[in-house]
Amino acid sequence: MQTGFTTVSSSGRQLLKSLLASTFAFSIFFLVFLGSTTPGRAIPAFARKYGLPCSACHEAWPMLNVFGQTFKDNGYQLMNDRDSPIWQNPSYWPATFRMTPNWHRESASQVAIDTPGGGQVPEEVTQNGFDLTGLDFHTGGTLYKNYSFYLLPSSDPTGAFHFETVMARIDNIGNSPWFNFKLGKFELDNIISEKRILTLSNQGGFYHLYHFIPLGDDNVFGQMGDNQLGAELMGHSLNDRTRYSVALLSSNNGQVQLPTKNAYSTFVTVSQAFDAGYQGGVDRVGAYLFIGNAPTYTLNSGGVPVTAIGNKPFNREGFFGLVYIKKLDFQLFYQHGWDSAYFGTSTPSNAPLPPGASAPSWNGGFVEAHYVVNPQMIFIQRDEFVRMSQQALPTTPGNFGNLNAYTFGFRYYPFMFSRAGFAYHAEYSLTQQKGAAPLTFTQLANSSVFLGFDFDF
Amino acid sequence: MRIRIRKYRLTLSVFAVLPLAIACWAQQTEYSENQRLGMESHVGNMTGNATVGAPIYKRFCIGCHGVLGDGEGENAQWIDPKPRNFTIAIFRCRSTPTGTLPTDTDLYDTVGRGMLNSNMPPWGPLTDEDRVNLVAYVKHFSPRWLTEKPGTPIVIPPEPPVTAERIKQGRVLFQKMECWKCHGVTGRGNGPSADTLTDDQNRPIKPFNFHDENRFKCGTTNAAMYKDFMTGLDGSPMPSFADNLKPDEAWDLVFYLRTLQPADTIEKRIAQQIGLKPLEPNGQLPGPPAPAENPLGEKPTNNSGTK
Repeated sequence: MQTGFTTVSSSGRQLLKSLLASTFAFSIFFLVFLGSTTPGRAIPAFARKYGLPCSACHEAWPMLNVFGQTFKDNGYQLMNDRDSPIWQNPSYWPATFRMTPNWHRESASQVAIDTPGGGQVPEEVTQNGFDLTGLDFHTGGTLYKNYSFYLLPSSDPTGAFHFETVMARIDNIGNSPWFNFKLGKFELDNIISEKRILTLSNQGGFYHLYHFIPLGDDNVFGQMGDNQLGAELMGHSLNDRTRYSVALLSSNNGQVQLPTKNAYSTFVTVSQAFDAGYQGGVDRVGAYLFIGNAPTYTLNSGGVPVTAIGNKPFNREGFFGLVYIKKLDFQLFYQHGWDSAYFGTSTPSNAPLPPGASAPSWNGGFVEAHYVVNPQMIFIQRDEFVRMSQQALPTTPGNFGNLNAYTFGFRYYPFMFSRAGFAYHAEYSLTQQKGAAPLTFTQLANSSVFLGFDFDF
Repeated sequence: MRIRIRKYRLTLSVFAVLPLAIACWAQQTEYSENQRLGMESHVGNMTGNATVGAPIYKRFCIGCHGVLGDGEGENAQWIDPKPRNFTIAIFRCRSTPTGTLPTDTDLYDTVGRGMLNSNMPPWGPLTDEDRVNLVAYVKHFSPRWLTEKPGTPIVIPPEPPVTAERIKQGRVLFQKMECWKCHGVTGRGNGPSADTLTDDQNRPIKPFNFHDENRFKCGTTNAAMYKDFMTGLDGSPMPSFADNLKPDEAWDLVFYLRTLQPADTIEKRIAQQIGLKPLEPNGQLPGPPAPAENPLGEKPTNNSGTK
């Protein structure tokens, strides 16, 4: 529901001025609020159940700390024998909704703009205005001791809903924390969770590597960041220092109904936490492998896909780390990606590959740094890079599709009392990708400025 | 005139002494506060510091235990049992005799283990350093730590072998020491006194139901239960039996209580072999029951989770 205005400008100077003016106004606005707030804690659905401050589970909401990760890995249980719903007031309803009214500015360095003569020319396009994010309606918790669920109907900004997460899980099978099983649609077991990312803007509100495919590649199934349909076996030590998970997933990118469910993929991750002795948190290193097959074309009936076939392989693998040094912490992530040449050239498997076609591959990584002033104030900065190591076609320049992304911002939680959360959010993000510009196939630069009130209840 | 001078002298004296008294009080208060913020804890070769523990406390503990450590955090009103009041420095789980301060290790272990049947979760996922710093900060809330030293940990003798005779003797002791009055004849926490019990701050408290859990309040091992008998759970109605039970008798009680728990333990198997069954509320007690020991007032078991 965009309520602002759109302009096309070659210089963008006037808009820069308006941006600076807006930013200044918001800064004043924020400072007024910063000076008038009182310290406190927050408790959305889970914390409300247990009477714990939100900071107990979140380094800064919504990003988990080690205690929150343990709670999640225990099937949303604290393991203090008060986990079953029998301990709750019957009127307790484990629900939280989250939404972020905001003002944001989006800029693209080159957009193909129609001309009166019928052609197109590249122009810089900037939009800004007040807006809404989508709505997340979280509900989850224990059904009984060691039985839990999570249901997340989620909408886009227009209010069109889908099921983002629907899963039930059984924990401590055989009284062992090493065996926990869940079934449904869920986030892959990413310790660096995109679903709990601290950035929200159009350019910075996701990890590019969790969704990266080379330009011209049509493998939409290897999306580590999207929730997937499948089953997962997960285990961990009692204090969650050592953990593993193995998931069998339908290669349909989380889309319900059957037409593209004839292929499967597997996501495996292991990690080990330790205390390096620099305070601030528990450090962790781990590795992951996402490997599988996915269809390259569909069989249609009357123009409607009835099944997807022609499976071809893909894989993503790498390692990650969490490093804490007092108030500063770093999230490190590396990925090597590989797609079948059929995906890389968008060729159905029943058609011949273009001459000289190769399987595209790439390497990428990001470093996200957080400075946690206190549980109510956090600064965020992220640098992300992707470099193509093999193009699908021999005629493609080697750096075609290379990507740089930068994000920085802060979140301030002015008050947090026992029923809700609220954050002032400010962020700037810039993404640059070689060859992505339409018409000219030069570097495309997109930037976002995002100022908002992020709240949940 | 003399009366006036006397009055004047009195006023002068008050004005002279009052600032001095205020200054002394302020100095003492400041000294005390500084000294308490300098509180340390020692667990193994780790040293915790209250100033380092302060932000950790604010992140994890303040919602229940409160800014002042008085157990009056914003969530306290919703919690039962209520959070611990650190300002009075009375702790249930100790290795030290009743009435004494716990050791730093006692507090450290409690933070990591959590408190069964309460909202206090196990904070084991935190780093060891975080926990030892938290202990130092918890100690800083009470001036008792400035004037008293922790008690000397009790000695726990080696655990004897489990025998049917020992379990039977434990059952007799359960009767003789009147454990049933609170915990019920069957150990379900539904004795005749159960509804009248209060903690040290006069808040209702429910006795432990041994049938609910394989763990005990302050640990999972037999030694932990032995320790509970001998140290008592300060702040609760559970007294220390150090003056009433010999070490062997305390072990007998431990073995008997193990037969009440759901886990398949050696004690439970022996109890099944000899046909030892917990007495029902109106059942016969072993030996000739004394009138005062007949728990006729015990109420039926409530399986809905009373604690």
